[in-house]
Amino acid sequence: MNYQWSFTDLLPYAPELLAGAWLTLKLSAGATVLGFAAGTACAVARHSGPRWLQALVGAYVEAIRNTPLLIQVFLVYFGLASLGLHVAANGAAVLALVVNVAAYTCEIVRAGIASVQKAQIEAGECLGLNWLQVYRHIVLAPAVERVYPALTGQYVMLMLASSITSQISAEELTAVANRVQSDTFRAFETYIVAGLAYLLLSFVVRLALWGLGQWLFSRRRRLGTPL
Amino acid sequence: MPNFNWLHVGFLLQGLAWTLGLSVIAALGGGAVGFGLALARLHRLAPVRALAWAYVQLMQGTPLLILMFLGYFGFNMLGFQNLPALVAAGVAMTLFSSAYLGEIWRGCIQSVPRPQWEAAECLGLEGWPRLRHVVLPQALRIATPPTVGFAVQIVKNTSLASVVGFVELAQAGKLVNNSTFQPFLVYALVAGLYFLICWPLSAWSRRLERKLHVGRG
Repeated sequence: MNYQWSFTDLLPYAPELLAGAWLTLKLSAGATVLGFAAGTACAVARHSGPRWLQALVGAYVEAIRNTPLLIQVFLVYFGLASLGLHVAANGAAVLALVVNVAAYTCEIVRAGIASVQKAQIEAGECLGLNWLQVYRHIVLAPAVERVYPALTGQYVMLMLASSITSQISAEELTAVANRVQSDTFRAFETYIVAGLAYLLLSFVVRLALWGLGQWLFSRRRRLGTPL
Repeated sequence: MPNFNWLHVGFLLQGLAWTLGLSVIAALGGGAVGFGLALARLHRLAPVRALAWAYVQLMQGTPLLILMFLGYFGFNMLGFQNLPALVAAGVAMTLFSSAYLGEIWRGCIQSVPRPQWEAAECLGLEGWPRLRHVVLPQALRIATPPTVGFAVQIVKNTSLASVVGFVELAQAGKLVNNSTFQPFLVYALVAGLYFLICWPLSAWSRRLERKLHVGRG
């Protein structure tokens, strides 16, 4: 093997790669926040909604979890365009990621909700809390706390999976890397740099979510015990 | 522009066959490497454990898409110019699935109750014989549902082989869409075909999971 390595050819593209990494973070942060909200709503609907809604959410979750994200991204981007709705690539990317991650969030949060004991809910009702308060304080808060590690893993995977939106020309890290490699013909070096950048980003996301968990679930630290 | 017709459906089904082929390669390759990885993660020598851990971190912290590109351009760089895309895709999928399968199986091996390991030791079994005859048979039972569940991930993720030009189902869909320009129809059909493969696997995994928990706390 007499390949001449050259990472210096990539230096002029550093600002673009950084901008790509920043967009990757923004896309995944947006998809995480919206996906968590939508997924939690789905979990509540699937747990205590009317029959028809439970079936509908169930079908949605199964459809998403058994098809590739790549195809979902194409369906959202090209599908909406062919219906006459022209959404910008970044918007379509976030939308597709939200639709995808909400289904996984729904399943994870539902498992958390199922682990809340009925006696807890009855105790809440005895205290005169209304339905909304019971759900907010007694069901959802502990449910999310319990499944928080699983959610963290899911959202790190979401950040990595956001690379797929490069296929609809959202200018995130992978798309920038594709362009840099076709400009410099330094494919191997470019993707090594991109891979390491993703590795770093996944540590950053993990750390941020861990910090958020520490802040949100401070009760655990005060009492020194998990739920 | 040709209308969507049965020829296109045939082409998609051909792509589906390649999706299944690549999935089998990924499952076998990833299974073999993943098994070694699971054992390495539990090895008594700390450097072996650390190395296996680093491999898992690296593979799980990098998108499969980047692994696909690295596999594709890596072989080019090594001087294999005319290698079929299947090789690059197969290698990338093997690296990817080995890291996840390795972690799943490590968890399963560790969840075999400690007294079982100790009892084997009392019977004079150590090292590989202990694993082979006492621990692994029990771990296998626990490992089946999540492994079948991961097969769904493998099938879905083979769609990323399309980026290196391997004509599996997703790439076939892209090509059909380029010639007919009916994206909604084409991609819905492609999604349906993936669903047809993945959903039975998901359902099977869930059934195995339920069976496993019968008669347990």
